[in-house]
Amino acid sequence: MALWRDPRLRPVFAACVTLGFAVGVFAISFGVSSVAAGATVGQTCALSLLVFTGASQVSAVSVIGSGGSAASAFGGAALLAARNGVYGLAMAPHLKGRLPTRLIAAQLTIDESTAMAAAQDDDAHKSAAFWITGLSVYLFWNVGTLIGALLGTAIDPSTYGLDAAFPAAFVAILFPLLRERRPALAALLGGAICLVLIPFTPVGVPILCAALAILVGVPAPPLQTVQVAR
Amino acid sequence: MSWSFVLLLSATAYAFKVLGLVLVGDRTLPPVFERCLALIPAALIAAIVMLNTFAHGQHLQIDARAAGVGAAVVAAWRKAPLIVVIVIGAAVTALVRRLS
Repeated sequence: MALWRDPRLRPVFAACVTLGFAVGVFAISFGVSSVAAGATVGQTCALSLLVFTGASQVSAVSVIGSGGSAASAFGGAALLAARNGVYGLAMAPHLKGRLPTRLIAAQLTIDESTAMAAAQDDDAHKSAAFWITGLSVYLFWNVGTLIGALLGTAIDPSTYGLDAAFPAAFVAILFPLLRERRPALAALLGGAICLVLIPFTPVGVPILCAALAILVGVPAPPLQTVQVAR
Repeated sequence: MSWSFVLLLSATAYAFKVLGLVLVGDRTLPPVFERCLALIPAALIAAIVMLNTFAHGQHLQIDARAAGVGAAVVAAWRKAPLIVVIVIGAAVTALVRRLS
């Protein structure tokens, strides 16, 4: 298809290569930590193949790894997965195709693919950017997870500071969200709620309660519309 | 971790994705819902950073992780790429841990 050679999609391909590399490294650290938290290599790979939402997977594994109940791990992970529904809403008008195509597209509806699509001007390019990015991230995420899970049984993650790789990656993902006022407020409040509750509630509950911070979105915005966070 | 947990989370995550893309389609949600849902990443990611940096079970503690994540914050603030932020965070944590 000629569309793939369109110069407008070149930044998408370029971004996919660098993004793929970063995602791969993040996936390795996920694989290592997941195995360290008590999951088998098979379960770790199944999480990446089936759940395919980095933040949810990381949150689930870190809650279980620090001794939290399955219910609280599930709650936090499910809340994080909920945003993909919002991305789906944003992408639906631009992704043409039959039901089977849409069902596959649904699995690829994540931060990266939605963000890359949002940067394009028309439906055809939005759709192309979505598929290129989604498939590339899927590949790198799963290969990285497998490598990490296999490594995880061989090395102690804390020796290499890999336990800090998660929060570090999340810091990098969080920063661009803070440019607007409401997400910045929500982040500040969410972080504060979590910190305050850690000593007083069972592991996992602080993450669930931090979701209350989204209520700063209730008052209507004054003039400009609030953008959907990526 | 149990397989039922893995499969339940998989089904839930996929349900959310399908909900937006396939079922809801072009219909729109009330704006207040969209405004709040859009804030989920910011609120929860900030909370996860706090948990992974300062929590040790149910205790708060400042250790090598705090140094690593602090370095990551500086790197992210200086707009370093994701991969660089991750490597700095891990490397500083490992270094501080080895020295202490």
